[in-house]
Amino acid sequence: MNEQTYIDLYGQYAETLKNNAAPALNAARDMFFERFCRSGFPTRRTESYRHTDFGDVFAVDYGLNLNRLAFPVNPYEVFHCDVPGIQSYMYFVVNDMFYSDARTAAQQLPAGVIIGSLKQVSEERPELVEPYLSRLAERKDDPFVAFNGAFAQDGFFMYVPAGVTLDRPVQLVNIMRSDADLMANSHNLIVLEEGASAKLLVCDHAMGGARFCSTRTTEVFLGAHANYEHYKLESTSENMCNICSLLVQQQAGSNLLANIITLHNGITRNTVQIDLDGEDCDTMLCGMTVGGRHQLIDNTTAIMHNRPGCRSNELFKYILEENSMGVFNGLLKVAPDAQKTAAYQTNRNILLSPTARIRTKPQLEIYADDVKCSHGATTGQLDESALFYMRQRGISEQEARLLLMFAFVHDVIENIRVDVLKERIRLLVEKRLRGEGSKCDSCSFCK
Amino acid sequence: MKTMMLEIRNLHAAINGKEILKGVNLTVNAGEVHAIMGPNGAGKSTLSSVLTGHPAFTVTEGSVTFNGKNLLDMPPEVRAREGIFLSFQYPVEIPGVSMVNFMRAAVNEHRKHNNLPPLSASDFLRLMREKKELVEMDNKLTNRSVNEGFSGGEKKRNEIFQMAMLEPKLSILDETDSGLDIDALRIVANGVNKLKTPDNASIVITHYQRLLDYIVPDFVHILYDGRIVKTGTKELALELEEKGYDWIKQETV
Ligand SMILES: Nc1ncnc2c1ncn2[C@@H]1O[C@H](COP(=O)(O)OP(=O)(O)OP(=O)(O)O)[C@@H](O)[C@H]1O
Ligand SMILES: [Mg+2]
Repeated sequence: MNEQTYIDLYGQYAETLKNNAAPALNAARDMFFERFCRSGFPTRRTESYRHTDFGDVFAVDYGLNLNRLAFPVNPYEVFHCDVPGIQSYMYFVVNDMFYSDARTAAQQLPAGVIIGSLKQVSEERPELVEPYLSRLAERKDDPFVAFNGAFAQDGFFMYVPAGVTLDRPVQLVNIMRSDADLMANSHNLIVLEEGASAKLLVCDHAMGGARFCSTRTTEVFLGAHANYEHYKLESTSENMCNICSLLVQQQAGSNLLANIITLHNGITRNTVQIDLDGEDCDTMLCGMTVGGRHQLIDNTTAIMHNRPGCRSNELFKYILEENSMGVFNGLLKVAPDAQKTAAYQTNRNILLSPTARIRTKPQLEIYADDVKCSHGATTGQLDESALFYMRQRGISEQEARLLLMFAFVHDVIENIRVDVLKERIRLLVEKRLRGEGSKCDSCSFCK
Repeated sequence: MKTMMLEIRNLHAAINGKEILKGVNLTVNAGEVHAIMGPNGAGKSTLSSVLTGHPAFTVTEGSVTFNGKNLLDMPPEVRAREGIFLSFQYPVEIPGVSMVNFMRAAVNEHRKHNNLPPLSASDFLRLMREKKELVEMDNKLTNRSVNEGFSGGEKKRNEIFQMAMLEPKLSILDETDSGLDIDALRIVANGVNKLKTPDNASIVITHYQRLLDYIVPDFVHILYDGRIVKTGTKELALELEEKGYDWIKQETV
């Protein structure tokens, strides 16, 4: 399989695709398809994909669910939340289908808040969707954003009206579940109007032994002084290729925290772009990874200081064992008139085996003169003198290593502002570092 | 009747192929305090590293017996659990590892080694409080990461706090006095004295006779160029203070 397969598929099934899709997604579909025809899938020669090879991923003959047939999976039955006790509003996307039943619908949201299937909302309330949908995706020149734009038919939608605070975190659980190799493409849209505030936890899971490929584009629009927290926790499997694009636009005075945690996966690409399009915005973008076996985790981020007086802080940490590989590309761009920008970027990595690899590329493009910017990237091993110090106090070497690894990612975990979630992720990270449960324990299939 | 605790015989040790210890002999009995003095680079810290099992050093010859067991066979953590404690000359900062978690892990490993159940959270905190008082350690310090941002003196005090928590049989204090102000020196020395019992012993490495006014040694050894070249009582420290190391150099040549 290669791009031609998908190009032919589109040629043949464009009507089916469109007939079963959120109407608003069809508006730009042909444009994205043309873009994809030009770019194809990224290769090692594609800028920003230099180190992440998708060759094997697209050699697989995945099924696609263009006819939108429901999957015989009840997520409430098969899914055991990784974060019990979080008290969230919970939503599921099974493969690429937004799942809804009486339980989903019974959740009492604060007045004016709308959460549901993008397709459904796009049909019923197009005025909430159309002004936003694809606006950020259009601006992003990326082969997978283009591919997703051509093929995605539905996704998750969240709208929080001006001044409204969502009292509980919202949880979006993406479950890949199929007996045959499957591709899922979904497109999420999140809109927070002026002064609104919300927290979203996205959990990615994969069940069963089939091979999966997903592309998920999430567009987030933050109105002036909106507050938004976006957590992404991936616990999938080595059979999974997970391509996520998170595109955020911030208006004046808005506040974003995005924290991307990858614990179990196959090949993961997180493309993040944050456009600071208003003055006086705050952005904290962080993430961590624990990689083993042949896991590959690529976080490619861009923070665009387009307006003056914004503050951004970026922090990514990787712990890599065995044959795993990490990629970090961090673009920080400060436009000519974005004076008084404060932007910091840190990438720290620990390699625990001689065959683990990290490719890190900070990229600062600063066109304003009155700015405070810094970046730093370090790669090393665990501190031997600290290890000895701990062992001298009677702590076993293994435990000492664990404490040091845990300490290493401590500041990323501190950037979780939901207490139960922080506690839970602490536990999940600890389990992962102990090498326990190389699969997630969230679903009945892995138990 | 004295019980022999530590017996070092003809100990040779090297780092990166360079021999640093060149035949150390030393016997420490329960209840004793031994001071080791000697010029910079003589091998004092090397001796403490070798006794605690630092992986960078290789023992090339000799033996070390601790309470009847071959110490050199044990990994560092087992030596620690058997009761050897080193107050480091340069304590290590461990950002992100809290003092509380660190101490809890250490205490419980010691207890497990002695077939004791882990301490309950409240018992552990009580123990922390009690031992903090002993060395008059500030709460602020135990709420931080291990040694992170501690001043030189605070780090040394923290070493003695940890010693108090772990109640070792043999403590090796490597220049614990350096960096301490006069009051801190007295507090730390008092702490050490209070922890002294007829069943434990200490090796006190120092450059200054002053510490030995507080922690009174039964023996003073001079380590010079990888060997103990002279052993005496606490008067030897005074003599050394007066005459300097040239005197030893002349005697040993
Ligand atoms: N990693 C190393 N590689 C080479 N030589 C080393 C290494 N570590 C220590 N040494 C050498 O071993 C010798 C003994 O060092 P040691 O630290 O034991 O001295 P010391 O007696 O404790 O001195 P001080 O009083 O200054 O603390 C010194 O000459 C030192 O340079
Ligand atoms: Mg020394």
